[in-house]
Amino acid sequence: MIAELGHFALILALLIAIVQAILPMAGAQLGRRPLMDVAPMAALLQFGAVAIAFGALVHAYVTSDFSLKNVVENSHSLKPLIYKVTGVWGNHEGSMLLWALILTLYGAAVAAFGRNLPPALKARVLSVHGMIGVGFLAFILFTSNPFLRVLPVPPDGQGLNPILQDPGLAFHPPFLYLGYVGFSMAFSFAVAALIEGRVDAAWARWVRPWTLLAWCALTLGICLGSWWAYYELGWGGWWAWDPVENASFMPWLSGTALLHSAIVVEKRDTLKGWTLFLAIVTFSLSLLGTFLVRSGVLSSVHAFAVDPARGAFILALLVIAIGGSLTLFAVRAPALRATGSFAPISRESALVLNNLLLATAALTVFLGTLYPLFLDVIGGDKVSVGSPYYNATFVPLMVPLIVTMAAGPLLTWKRADLAGVLARLRLAFGATVAVAIAMVALTKGHEAVAPFGMALAAWLLVGTLAEFAERIRLFRAPWSVVMNRLVHVPRAAIGMTVAHAGLAVTIAGITIASGWQQEAIQTVKPGGSIALAGDTYRFERVDPVPGPNYSAEEATVTISHDGQVFATVHPSRKTYPLQRMTTTDVAIHTDGLSDKYVVLGDPQPDGGWIFRLYYNPLVPWVWFGAVIMVVGGGLSLSDRRLRIGAPVRRVRRAEAELVA
Amino acid sequence: MSPETSPAPAATQPTNGMGRRLLFLLPVAAFAALVGVFALGLGHDPTALKSAMIDKPAPAFTLPPILEDRPGLARADLGGKPVLVNFFASWCAPCRVEHPTLTGLAASGVPVYGVAYKDKPQDARRFLGDLGNPYQRIGLDLDGRTAIDFGVYGVPETFILDRDGRIRYRYAGALTDSVLKTEILPRLEALSAQ
Repeated sequence: MIAELGHFALILALLIAIVQAILPMAGAQLGRRPLMDVAPMAALLQFGAVAIAFGALVHAYVTSDFSLKNVVENSHSLKPLIYKVTGVWGNHEGSMLLWALILTLYGAAVAAFGRNLPPALKARVLSVHGMIGVGFLAFILFTSNPFLRVLPVPPDGQGLNPILQDPGLAFHPPFLYLGYVGFSMAFSFAVAALIEGRVDAAWARWVRPWTLLAWCALTLGICLGSWWAYYELGWGGWWAWDPVENASFMPWLSGTALLHSAIVVEKRDTLKGWTLFLAIVTFSLSLLGTFLVRSGVLSSVHAFAVDPARGAFILALLVIAIGGSLTLFAVRAPALRATGSFAPISRESALVLNNLLLATAALTVFLGTLYPLFLDVIGGDKVSVGSPYYNATFVPLMVPLIVTMAAGPLLTWKRADLAGVLARLRLAFGATVAVAIAMVALTKGHEAVAPFGMALAAWLLVGTLAEFAERIRLFRAPWSVVMNRLVHVPRAAIGMTVAHAGLAVTIAGITIASGWQQEAIQTVKPGGSIALAGDTYRFERVDPVPGPNYSAEEATVTISHDGQVFATVHPSRKTYPLQRMTTTDVAIHTDGLSDKYVVLGDPQPDGGWIFRLYYNPLVPWVWFGAVIMVVGGGLSLSDRRLRIGAPVRRVRRAEAELVA
Repeated sequence: MSPETSPAPAATQPTNGMGRRLLFLLPVAAFAALVGVFALGLGHDPTALKSAMIDKPAPAFTLPPILEDRPGLARADLGGKPVLVNFFASWCAPCRVEHPTLTGLAASGVPVYGVAYKDKPQDARRFLGDLGNPYQRIGLDLDGRTAIDFGVYGVPETFILDRDGRIRYRYAGALTDSVLKTEILPRLEALSAQ
């Protein structure tokens, strides 16, 4: 009964989305206010209907309703409650429903908080958003309906893929989708602006918070995904340039570019066409990611629901959404005129450079991801482009980006004084050189990458902090002035400083983790030990551990340094009889600076066990840095100027003085 | 990329109007090409492609070993019994996917030989250390020369050779349990029975 209610609500949501797509747009074109006012009501109702459908599916999972095909295929009565709930989006149908839920949530948010949007723009934005809703809800209902029944009702379900039964993965999709789908807001705003033929500072001010929110969620989603891959897959690494990872990384790169170019539109009334283009491209890359993961055109470690019929449907959606918006862009964008002009050395130019590098990086990942497909189509086969390609192409693009990142914020708008800026970066130069020398000494010149990467991180961190110190006149003005400036620094500026510093932390983590990882693979019997990176890992014993839907073998390993035991860890292997699958549970001992990573492998005929040990220095910083970036984004989001409420002129003037 | 990035006056001159329009049409054209590729990709059957090497003797090659306990691989090692030759690389994601299938096959007693394609020896060693080693013999094809001679498009790719060392079947892409059941095992059985 409840499942039917959910099914019905989903159909209702589709009908509401159709109304939302048509009436407000017609109203905006004809100048009819009552038709425009349908938009917010429809957006709220559409969200309500999808929420009911989602709730019904959650209910079916929690109560183990095995009359639903989707529940049978992805759940099991013995599964822990948390994974019954997260199992809802651990499969194709459910995850698409989650996607629709988040999509309509964003629409409802614009309806609820966009009170000061001009009625016509709001109607058009919500209409375009409604069109996306039509596409996805139709996709769910016609190709991926989670509410289909099965007869006869089986006594129990088939369970969830064991490697998906993990908290990291349970919460990674919702954040990823909040990001992915969040870019639909920027897309709708861009398409609405193209239809309206007008882009101005106010438009940029409305787009930016939505983009920033999506960017924060996506950053967190990618971070969680990478963390999950690190501790769950047991391969000791954290990024594999896998097509599915790339699918979320591409919109992140272009979304980051969008975030920065929208600032130029807001402050300087230029780069309008480019910003619209980025808004379209960013959401298009989100859609493309969906297509790549679900159509079966690319093989990947975690691609799921491989089905050409679904692929064809999504391809049709892509053609309408991306093809349509790009055509609209080609027709309307050339008419947009910029009023601001700027010199080659200026904040604008730095942001243009940032955009070009980020866009090129996105294109590079795009080509690497799709090259196997191109080859496939011209008669080659399913192949894989690996990290050698990305190391060769991606890294060289990031270096100038990071070099510019430290200098960019010091440049003034319109025309900057390069000599002055370079002088103010003295401290960063000094830090860079010092770190480089220290690293060369530490590595005795064997490693070229480590000193380079660490110097880059130092440059970015010190340059970013120096800019902030400059802003509050630290050491240059009396304390009372410094404190006063500190209190009045716009949150957006603090957010930028924090986010840029976060990237510096991540770069340091990536550099050291990839340059200094040490590993040992050895067979040891209980009582034996392995030495790695100055520590001794002693294999004490293996115990059987019964689990709710698996059986496990758990090893006890003590880690000691100079004879002093400082940690006891329990790596284990779980066998899921239902799926006839074995997973390893990695044991990680971390002190925030380095990880000791222990994997229990297969038992050997001689009574020994294979152990894989990794010493991963500074690897936690990869994720610390990402979290710091998200905090920076959040701070920026909390800036009063970006609040959806009307901007207060007085505050803006005060800030303008500070920025200048 | 937008003309607006250059100072405004040049971009707004009417003479540039046509070029400007074409520039804005570029994304549409690129996207149309992409859709074409996707459409073909959806309907494409990766197993439908025949290798030019089918029923020909394996090319001559000698590859050094990468593991202490496993010998390298050469043309002279082929023949005498049907074997599988699997081209893989540590940097290849589908290779990771097919690895359990390959391991299961090796455990059932089928001789599986490996060729590490364009891989650093230490990376290939780590790959096998991480996931286990299903290969009786492993050769390191550092410059990819042997792969070219075999007609390999990309990794992973798997060949079935008969007892005369002739290539009888090729599978491009990751081996799955169903591929094993429908394509690999019946052919191996037929070859063993000959």
